[in-house]
Amino acid sequence: MARTIVPFGPQHPVLPEPIHLTLTVEDEIVTEAVPALGYVHRGLESLADIRDHVQMIQVVERVCGICSALHAMCYTQGLEQMMGVEIPRRAEYLRTIWAELHRMHSHLLWLGLYADAFGFESLFMQFWRIRERVMDINEATAGNRVIISVNVIGGVRRDIDAEQCKWILSELDDIEKQIRELQSTMLNDYTVKKRTVGVGVITKEQAIDLGAAGPVLRASGVAQDMRSLGYAAYDDMGFEPIVETDGDCYARGVVRFRETLQAIDILRKAIAGLPEGEINVKVRGRPKGEVVSRVEQPRGECFYYIKGDGTKNLDRLRIRTPTFANVPPLTAMLPGMELADVPVIILSIDPCISCTER
Amino acid sequence: MEEKTCRYVTHMDESVRVITPETVVEEVTKIKADGYRFVTMTTVDLDPEHIDVLYHFDKDTQDLHLRMVVEKKDPVPSISGVIFAAFLIENEIQDHFGLKFDGLALDFGGTLYLDEEVVRTPFCKYGVVRKDAEAEAAEAPAGETA
Repeated sequence: MARTIVPFGPQHPVLPEPIHLTLTVEDEIVTEAVPALGYVHRGLESLADIRDHVQMIQVVERVCGICSALHAMCYTQGLEQMMGVEIPRRAEYLRTIWAELHRMHSHLLWLGLYADAFGFESLFMQFWRIRERVMDINEATAGNRVIISVNVIGGVRRDIDAEQCKWILSELDDIEKQIRELQSTMLNDYTVKKRTVGVGVITKEQAIDLGAAGPVLRASGVAQDMRSLGYAAYDDMGFEPIVETDGDCYARGVVRFRETLQAIDILRKAIAGLPEGEINVKVRGRPKGEVVSRVEQPRGECFYYIKGDGTKNLDRLRIRTPTFANVPPLTAMLPGMELADVPVIILSIDPCISCTER
Repeated sequence: MEEKTCRYVTHMDESVRVITPETVVEEVTKIKADGYRFVTMTTVDLDPEHIDVLYHFDKDTQDLHLRMVVEKKDPVPSISGVIFAAFLIENEIQDHFGLKFDGLALDFGGTLYLDEEVVRTPFCKYGVVRKDAEAEAAEAPAGETA
């Protein structure tokens, strides 16, 4: 059998992210996949040496544009615990609302790109058209579509009034209706299933061994979602992680599709239960201590290690993003698959390389 | 109002288990056998001589951490033979801090993020860990020894 080395990425027509894979291929079947990174490494963690702990909020928001508010939330909640700050309950609910809006627009973006990866361009356009409604909600409530900059140490810096809440609920009704119109195509279409069922499979044991996170882990049957830790207002939301068991690309798609609809339910609960009160508290002092903070970003578990020495600059800030955890599982998903399935498999982990490399 | 128990932020206090380079592979093997998922590693530059290496694990959202303080100049056993996923973060630590790992399953040789000609380790606050004597000699002006 002829053996060929195919360099895939960092620039590729179906790969929106700058990751490189060296694929060893024998007669169109991948036998080995070796990832390589480094195309968008910015060294953001080292900025903690020269930017103070308050300025670092703006830095961590820019680790990733799609899960921006969740990075800031993970960072600020870690510092709040370190500094003994209790934020108002209203602020926790507001954080939950913006977090779930991020989850929705991230998953809708992914559903579109995923459809595009196997050539379903009209489905890609439909999902991104719906996503625009969510971006409009971000802009109306926070002033910006992408990097919304709402989190501060001590709470949030913007509020959502009753009028806006009513408008968001009516938008969500419409958005849900539009998403459900695409459900049959995304989940039951013959061509979608042909390209995704049985493709890029990792078992439950492999997912745990390889450190997978988020929908990649849950699609392989592991019911783990960091929102069950109860940060922000998730302790009041009463949700269950969405789990599939087949561990293939189709299962990962189903998990994200269902999570998009679940996010709408959580948003409705959060808006209905939004308590009165302040949105932030004044914070005094400097961070001193060592903490680990975790949240569930759309792509999975985000991990922050924060060490403060009592000065205004942190001693160390370490960020592990979910895609960083989901790159090693690619080395198990790709072997045995056809070369034509490689873009679909890579997209199925929802890669965000700016997150991965920071 | 009932006080909320915080399970999403862990204070890294004395409960973090301390290990040594001699025991790290054995400890990680036991943790893996107990069903824990590898989350990541963290490195903290402590002083010109020492570096703090932390290992983070998770099982059903319950986190577990190990701490190992090592000398920067000494290589550390890689855990990628036990947990393959660790190869990526160990390579990142090699690039950022210059800490060498013995037995890396997939070794990028300090070029995961950095170009080959880069010899200084960008994340070291205390001193500079040089990659190898050859690179050092290449930097020194003619007639001078490193």
